[in-house]
Amino acid sequence: MLLIHCPYCEETLPEAEFAYAGEAHIDRPADPSALSDEEWRDYLFIRSNVKGPHFERWRHVHGCARFFNAVRDTVSDKFMTTYKAGDPRPDLTAEEAAQ
Amino acid sequence: MAEVPSFIADPVLRDHAASPLAGHLVLGEFGAVSDDGPGVVLSERFGLAIAEAAAWNGVEAKLRAAIKTATGLALKTAPGTGTMKKGASAFNIAPGRWLVSGGTDDLVAALDAAAGENGTVTDLSHGRTVIRIDGPKSRRVLSKLFAIDFADAAMAKGDGFATVHHDIFAQIQRVGDDAFDVYVFRSFALSFWHLLCRSAEEVGYRVD
Repeated sequence: MLLIHCPYCEETLPEAEFAYAGEAHIDRPADPSALSDEEWRDYLFIRSNVKGPHFERWRHVHGCARFFNAVRDTVSDKFMTTYKAGDPRPDLTAEEAAQ
Repeated sequence: MAEVPSFIADPVLRDHAASPLAGHLVLGEFGAVSDDGPGVVLSERFGLAIAEAAAWNGVEAKLRAAIKTATGLALKTAPGTGTMKKGASAFNIAPGRWLVSGGTDDLVAALDAAAGENGTVTDLSHGRTVIRIDGPKSRRVLSKLFAIDFADAAMAKGDGFATVHHDIFAQIQRVGDDAFDVYVFRSFALSFWHLLCRSAEEVGYRVD
């Protein structure tokens, strides 16, 4: 079982309490009706599918119910860090050096 | 404009209300009770007044003060912390949200009045069942069900958190040296009770 650190509860808790919620840092376009069909398709469906550190949203659904962001390595499935929703992308140099 | 209806239900009428565990909560000793006595003691805290108090953004401190006005409980700011006093208890279950229970029957109305415009108070008295697990083996039994650190160092008296056992949402507060209160949805209480009893058989359990 994975252990995930919830930045709101400030505790590392079992994966069973959490739900994955897609890629992080995707802003909804300010004026959707101004977009072309291709741009709207990109916003809705096109994701980065990285190999390595992936910025993604998680929800502590069976705990505090808050959404937060995590960086998970898609190769090792290890969580490099988690941070509150709305915070900027963390600098990963320290985490990468530790791996 | 009509007044917005309150979320405060009538207090639980203990003489008329039925526990979801009625007929299944059988007093006595069961399982592998050793010469030292049962490993855990299970009981239901029936008829408690229970409410969730949730602060609007930015006024958490005011809601904590309101909880203190209504219950006398002084809460800390850190996530998952809580406290108990004279039968009333409260603990933090999410940013700006506390589960408050016990005290007098008018707890929920008193909380609602004290909270005012600083947040919402939702009466859960009819919606939750509270099961207390006490005794020297309580951590062992709970650890079989929840992947949570129940050690003294990780969880001071009064502290609590929200977690889950498969699909059964549970809010747990440490209320004594070895005692924990588990709040589950009323409709899941019977299932959880059976699970808890079966899990406690190996250490022996007494139902009070």
